[in-house]
Amino acid sequence: MKRRALPALASLAGACLIGLLIYGVSAQSANRTLDQQVAQKRYPKAPDAAQALPLLQGPAHASLASFRGRVLVLNFWASWCEPCQVEAPLLEHAQRQLERHGGTVLGVTYLDASPDSQSFVRRYHITYPNLRDNEGTFTHSYGTNQLPETFVIDRQGRIVAISRGEIDQAFLNRALAVAESS
Amino acid sequence: MGPSPRPSSASLLRTRPIALGGVLAILLAAGAGAGIGAAASAASSRPSLPTIERQVMCVTCKIPLNVAQSPQADRERAFIQSLIDGGQTEAQIKRALVGQYGSAVLGLPSTHGFDLAAYLVPLAALIALVAVLALLLPRWRARARVASAHRTAPPPLSATDAARLDADLARFD
Repeated sequence: MKRRALPALASLAGACLIGLLIYGVSAQSANRTLDQQVAQKRYPKAPDAAQALPLLQGPAHASLASFRGRVLVLNFWASWCEPCQVEAPLLEHAQRQLERHGGTVLGVTYLDASPDSQSFVRRYHITYPNLRDNEGTFTHSYGTNQLPETFVIDRQGRIVAISRGEIDQAFLNRALAVAESS
Repeated sequence: MGPSPRPSSASLLRTRPIALGGVLAILLAAGAGAGIGAAASAASSRPSLPTIERQVMCVTCKIPLNVAQSPQADRERAFIQSLIDGGQTEAQIKRALVGQYGSAVLGLPSTHGFDLAAYLVPLAALIALVAVLALLLPRWRARARVASAHRTAPPPLSATDAARLDADLARFD
């Protein structure tokens, strides 16, 4: 009996390590719960809306909650991301349209040094507000681990459209129509 | 040769300043040495790009910065170099990096969620190893003791050999 105890314990420890490995791999993969809910038109509340993040320019902080009541195009970006450079003019164009209806584009930078982000803002003449999420907690709550990603949020603070990748004008038109009508 | 004479109080007075002077000289020399050493170590502890690169991650490539080859890695290097040029210490540079890129730049597992396993698994493995050793070592030692006892015990002499040995010993007496 005693002779079997040690191999049994070693096997148990091995099984625990394999279980931990499987859990780790599954925990690292991106969460797609929001996408499923949006696809089913169940429009989930934007996560971490109350989390205050520092503004890219200036010492002030802001959260999604401070934009409540406005249509919001939430865009995660970084200066080193090439598709972000491609979609920046499109987002700035959308900003000018949204402003007329009280909406706004809100950028969130992730894994990007603020001097680099600021030079990106200057280079692409970006006028919409940008927040910094240097720890990535806010970004990860949207299941984002690649850039760029865009979430369209309606006046009630619900996500109505998601683009995991570079956006185009057609996506923005569709998403903004849903946001305005909901 | 008789015992050496006890030194007079006058000679004690003469030798004390010499001894004190010597001690002071040694202390001064040690102090100067320490000062030089501190200055040297301060100069050598001034951070360099390769030193910092080894300790931080390229946040987008998810590999150590010293082996990363990408535009983002180059930007991180440029940022670090600007801080080094600004005369910042290693700790200040690391703090600035965390401020810009988040704690992921240090490449250390966080203390919550799955990352906690990085700290707990080695600890659990160590405890298990100690427990196994504590369980097995006494058994191994007992077994070794029995085996050595068997090895060292001489075989009993036969009656003929014992008689011959007695005879040999008697011849030497």
